[in-house]
Amino acid sequence: MKFLKFLLVGIFFGIVLVKSEAVSWYRIYEMFKFQSFHMYGIIGSAVFLGVLFIWIFKKYKVKSIEGREIDLAPKDKGVARYILGGTIFGFGWALAGACPGPMYILVGTGVFSMFIVIGAALLGTFIYGLLQNKLPH
Amino acid sequence: MEYILQPWPWYVSGPLIAFTMLMLVYFGKTFGMSSNLQTLCSIGGAGKYSDYFRFDWKAQRWNLTVVLGAIIGGFIATQFLSDGSAIALSSETISELNNLGFNEVGESLLPPEIYSWENVLSAKGISILVIAGFLVGFGTRYAGGCTSGHAITGLSNLQLPSLIAVIGFFIGGLIMTFFILPLIFGA
Repeated sequence: MKFLKFLLVGIFFGIVLVKSEAVSWYRIYEMFKFQSFHMYGIIGSAVFLGVLFIWIFKKYKVKSIEGREIDLAPKDKGVARYILGGTIFGFGWALAGACPGPMYILVGTGVFSMFIVIGAALLGTFIYGLLQNKLPH
Repeated sequence: MEYILQPWPWYVSGPLIAFTMLMLVYFGKTFGMSSNLQTLCSIGGAGKYSDYFRFDWKAQRWNLTVVLGAIIGGFIATQFLSDGSAIALSSETISELNNLGFNEVGESLLPPEIYSWENVLSAKGISILVIAGFLVGFGTRYAGGCTSGHAITGLSNLQLPSLIAVIGFFIGGLIMTFFILPLIFGA
């Protein structure tokens, strides 16, 4: 039962990303070409509300469902890993038209060739794990 | 019902994505889809090769459950909540992509020129998917997050590292879209 709420959030997320067309390769292309406001509107309004509510959560010390204080771990300091890793991710995002959430959602929409992308993403993750100590972070 | 079946505008979708993130935070977790790649490698035994995969993956089952839900959500949205309308892309996008050899622009979520089995099962087609997936997986774990973890959650939590990562996403995405895609798909 304790997993049911996560299943429901996942279902909700999958529906929203399909209905918003954020899972569409075409929308990603259009975003990177600055030819439509659509994706910027989605990300911008999500972040605007996110900032507002995370601030409210912290200010009023809202407790999570488990009764603990809400505590979003700060990201580790650094520049190299974020700019280099981010750029590599950007290459893949613009080529596949899908980031790690949409990859799974698109399988659900019936695009089974996406399993190849997911498999390759797992390989990329594995290779990162092997090289982690040798890369600048 | 008509409004649900049509594509949802950004000012509906964006807030609902924020809601997704906030629900996970309220549940004591965080919104980060790419962590699941690390978890799946760990389940597959990658811990034998690197410390990066040596952790208690069972603590991440909640996130795999979100993934399972997302797959189901994708199915529900396309089977029951869509009227099959084409994606309302800008006319510029459509004509550019036509020139690059994409013929059914916006008629479905993904271009058959990349994702149809006919194209996937060619040397070029499979290379595109494998290279794209590899870059996404490697890059997102190197950067410590993807669109959900950095662009939505990290920026919402005013994290400078997430802003740097998102700038990186755009450097890579812009180079790919402006300079490399025309080389791959152009005549």
